[in-house]
Amino acid sequence: MSTTRTLAIPNGHAFAIADCPVLPIETFRQEVIDGVAAGARLSALFAFPADSGCLRLLAALSRADQGDVAIASAEVRDEYPAITPECPQAHLHEREIFEQWNVRPIGHPWLKPVRGMGARREAAPAVAHDGATEFFQMEGDEVHEVAVGPVHAGIIEPGHFRFQCHGETVYHLEIALGYQHRGVERAMVGGPTPRAIHYMETLAGDSTAGHATAYCRAVEAVSATRVPARGQFLRGVTLELERVANHIGDLGAMAGDVGFLPTMAYCGRIRGDVLNLTAMLCGNRFGRGMIRPGGVAFDLDARVVEELRRRLDLVASDARSAVELMWNTPSVMARFDGVGVVPLDVCRQLGLVGVAARACGAPRDVRDDFPYGIYRFTHIPISTWNTGDVFARAYVRWSEVKRSLAFIREQLDALPGGRVIAPSAGPLAANRAAVTLIEGWRGEICHVALTDGDGRFASYKVVDPSFHNWFGLAMALRNQEISDFPLCNKSFNLSYCGHDL
Amino acid sequence: MFDVLLARWKQGHRTMRYPAGPPPELPERFAGRPTIEASRCTPECGRCVEVCPTGAVGFGSAGHDVRIDTGRCLFCRACEAVCDAGAIVFSRDYRMAASRREDLVVRDAAERAAVELGEESRRLFGRSLRLRQVSAGGCNACEADTNVLGTPAWDLGRFGIQFVASPRHADGLLITGPVPENMRHALQATYDAVGRPKLVIVVGACAISGGPYADHPEVHNGAATLLPVDLFVPGCPPHPLTILHALLELLRKIPESTGP
Repeated sequence: MSTTRTLAIPNGHAFAIADCPVLPIETFRQEVIDGVAAGARLSALFAFPADSGCLRLLAALSRADQGDVAIASAEVRDEYPAITPECPQAHLHEREIFEQWNVRPIGHPWLKPVRGMGARREAAPAVAHDGATEFFQMEGDEVHEVAVGPVHAGIIEPGHFRFQCHGETVYHLEIALGYQHRGVERAMVGGPTPRAIHYMETLAGDSTAGHATAYCRAVEAVSATRVPARGQFLRGVTLELERVANHIGDLGAMAGDVGFLPTMAYCGRIRGDVLNLTAMLCGNRFGRGMIRPGGVAFDLDARVVEELRRRLDLVASDARSAVELMWNTPSVMARFDGVGVVPLDVCRQLGLVGVAARACGAPRDVRDDFPYGIYRFTHIPISTWNTGDVFARAYVRWSEVKRSLAFIREQLDALPGGRVIAPSAGPLAANRAAVTLIEGWRGEICHVALTDGDGRFASYKVVDPSFHNWFGLAMALRNQEISDFPLCNKSFNLSYCGHDL
Repeated sequence: MFDVLLARWKQGHRTMRYPAGPPPELPERFAGRPTIEASRCTPECGRCVEVCPTGAVGFGSAGHDVRIDTGRCLFCRACEAVCDAGAIVFSRDYRMAASRREDLVVRDAAERAAVELGEESRRLFGRSLRLRQVSAGGCNACEADTNVLGTPAWDLGRFGIQFVASPRHADGLLITGPVPENMRHALQATYDAVGRPKLVIVVGACAISGGPYADHPEVHNGAATLLPVDLFVPGCPPHPLTILHALLELLRKIPESTGP
């Protein structure tokens, strides 16, 4: 990829919007296709209104081999040649652009709304609500369709699943979301308002620390604010506690879905114990109020650090006994092995992220590929497995739990002194932008902030890892028995509101 | 098999004794029900009102009497932090639910809100309450801390309360989230499917008032704008203990002697 056509920036560094060249749409399209073919991931592709009255497309290609993000840009009016036919990673991004801005990617193979939200531009087409939309359908003798949701059986978020089945076998699963759409990106424009950090903390509630960190890093980049070392350490502790809590919860839930109650019951409780550790930091089990622009809002004294260490040891020991039980139980392994397989080439084509990608054998982890904050100083080894099945997604989680616990201990032992937050996060600079990538517990979280001439947000883009990974779940279900859906779904455990925004 | 028994022995019995015994320990920095001491308030200061992200802090009709609507409050403590006079302090009292929306507004020296349920409903649901949970735009925090009540430490089942898969099997709904327009129809259909008489419990700032999403055109400012609500449980998200206390108080299952 030529460097003059794109702007290469490190993860979380601010740049002037004017420095990003505006390419002819054909060149832009080719840059994205060639970049992805060369191994980059399409971390974000979105549109925002340009000064010229056109729409500006912006693509963020994360290049792990170079450790940077290539930004490409182009202007479009009402249509442009779709990227998706030659680059499946663009599939959902282009549907989103179509829905949000009424720009038609010509030649997109499955152009339908992503969220049923209505366009943000005049002359918007009437977009159906309630998931009332066409689904891919299979025809033939004894072919049947199963519709599930939006209200599901458990205490979980809403989404609609449409299975095309022959007997028990699923040939195709289409996932229709958008029920959770609350208008976060729209509301961010013109900000930051006092609500901005709260949007971020509730974007996907189980990823409070993840999205808050991605947001704060964007704000810090654009306002040239430096986070003190102690603040970086405590952010790392908060982020890894979030990972540990969710992974342990997921391991328990997966055990529950194959009817192995001991691990389910123990992990359900241990997850709560980890959330309580987060509450020791800031009073809230989900880390609300902890991460703020400039650092973290709460410091720890020696007594709390000591108590955290003591409780971490208990968590580690309890979790080991609860989880390793599964690996030694043949009836559990028989249900995990070879179920819901996503092959590595499919993972690459779709651009899967996080646990789902690492379970396919793709060594992809923002903490390692594009290190930020504390991860620039302390390295967490990447956990991978190569079978791409439910077992792999479970085993990678367990490996990450152990490594994150070790990491947290290491940080607590080496906490530097000083402030935990910069004295004041300055105002945002005008006409600048930042792309921040962080490794949330589900995978890569990408935020793109752009400011206008007054230093307000002209556009704010959020890409939750679930946005990339929902299609991975659909692929995992192909040729599976429909009764394995809950287990496969749990093994991905994706966010509905993170997707719907 | 031996491993399973060994793990069982190691994990031990974890169900808390509450409400017969003391409640589980809350974190030191826990933000519970706010308290207001109006006499400390500096007239015409109003900084607490300015910093509140959701408009939860405001003045009453007298124009200078600060009040906090815990139904809108995110418990971010921004008001407490700017109040140099110390007029607003978030206590560690986890008991915050109310049957009437207006009772969620905390005033100077206000008493804790009442949770009430009609005699007939208590007779019907007091020993067995089946709830269908509907997440309508919830961020998965309220959902997660409702779900946790089913884990062994909390063991909601011992009170005869259970979450069920079908609204047809349910006595009521427990709703989370600000209710996006895209979810309005599904919520209404689920409500309609529950047999009468039925209860509606709303959990979290979003479900009560829209929370941080209040007045977004994409949402309906919570479930109370669409359905009759019997119990409001504030928080962002409420601590599981707050939710449990609310459910137990609704069914009068808390012994008189168990205080904070």
